[in-house]
Amino acid sequence: MIKVQHICKRFGNSEVLKDISIEFKAGTCVALIGPNGSGKTTLLKSILQMVHVDSGDILVKGESILGHWEYRGLIGFMPQMTRYPENMTIKEVIAMMIDMRQNVPRLDEELIKNFQISGLYHKRMGTLSGGTRQKVGACLAFLFSPLVLILDEPTAGLDPLSAEILKQKIIKEKAKGKLIIISSHVLSELDELASEVVYMQEGSILFQKSMAELKSETHELKLSKILEKKILEV
Amino acid sequence: MNKIYKYVLADIIRNRMILFYSLIMLALSLSVFSLEDIASKGVLSMLNLILMIVPLFCIIFSTIYMYQSSEFIELLISQPIQRKTICRGMFMGLISSLGLAFILGAGWVILVFEPNFVGVLLVICGLLLTFIFSAIALLSAVLFVDKAKGIGFSLLTWLFYSILFDGFVLFLIFQFSDYPIEKVMILISMINPIDLARIMILMQLDVSALMGYTGAIFKDFFGTMEGITISFSMLILWAIIPFLISARKFKSKDL
Repeated sequence: MIKVQHICKRFGNSEVLKDISIEFKAGTCVALIGPNGSGKTTLLKSILQMVHVDSGDILVKGESILGHWEYRGLIGFMPQMTRYPENMTIKEVIAMMIDMRQNVPRLDEELIKNFQISGLYHKRMGTLSGGTRQKVGACLAFLFSPLVLILDEPTAGLDPLSAEILKQKIIKEKAKGKLIIISSHVLSELDELASEVVYMQEGSILFQKSMAELKSETHELKLSKILEKKILEV
Repeated sequence: MNKIYKYVLADIIRNRMILFYSLIMLALSLSVFSLEDIASKGVLSMLNLILMIVPLFCIIFSTIYMYQSSEFIELLISQPIQRKTICRGMFMGLISSLGLAFILGAGWVILVFEPNFVGVLLVICGLLLTFIFSAIALLSAVLFVDKAKGIGFSLLTWLFYSILFDGFVLFLIFQFSDYPIEKVMILISMINPIDLARIMILMQLDVSALMGYTGAIFKDFFGTMEGITISFSMLILWAIIPFLISARKFKSKDL
């Protein structure tokens, strides 16, 4: 689905991505983990071209994304932190995102319903708490039933109940054969979701392995334990 | 039609600062025209007010608005939308809402009290200054990632054009007073949009007679239709060039 080929990126003096090549296949749920500042967000952002890579190429469905923008219609992105125009209500923001698409696929309003967002429709974005804004971000990422979901720290700031709703939704979408890439520090919740683990460190990929492989290699069930062993090994 | 433009406009119009700006302009322009019994004196006071307030408010408001919308812009970029559409939409939204605020605050008052060529010219100059300083604000927001630097750059630009530049010009005049620099002065005034607007309006008023030989040369140039056309094109370029540079920079910016 997404093929990253030899991408490099520097910000000033620091090399954030060092010649990264990786492939994400449809139907998998990839857990992107690694310490702070290891380049996870930069990698995700370069797939969306929010960050322009210095060299290398990224292919989505076999086509290079360089100079293109239409492919972003296939991707639902939930950023780490989102702010919206403060004077717009939730309803207007959702209507706006729909309005801005040229050809709108069937809308997936399940999250809006489950998060009970419609009760807050008339509230202005500026008055919302961080968690509620995060929920709106999640609703927007899933709204157009995209083929690829890129979730950057999706549950940070969500209450446990809402985090569970989001998790169930992710599992459901994964079953539909979509590619889901999650960057998170909460390993316990990745246990249920991830089918593949990518570990990044200092701008390089330390390993990319499927959960099953990792489990048989380390004889552990929990991701936190697996990582502990794996990192000691490397 | 650009949809981003529509939403930015709707967002800014509901902003309290812009309402405040419109009301202040309204209060000032109404009081200026009702205090002065001669309308052309009113135009002169109005001119000074516009040259001071419009650039300052537009550049500060636009810069802050651009930084405030940075996450929103990020969200738009993750959507299947071209970057140039986003940049154009933001800019159009800014200038049309600020232009509208200017018309509602001062534009119609000027046209009611001074319904002639000078009045129309003054309103157009006010609008052009709005566009120019919003464009410069866009540029500084695109150039600097750091909010403090961007706002600092905007403030300095305003300070330079509205105060420092005149000092520089005065210095030049004193240093080269032995030479015929009047024609050069016309060229130099083109570098500063605020001065350009000021001279254009002043030349339409009788006060230009008080400005001596330089005034006469200026009148020769800015008083003619040709001169007005050239200075208008200069002002429009002043809005377009910063916008084009920022659109270019925005295209390759990392967010």
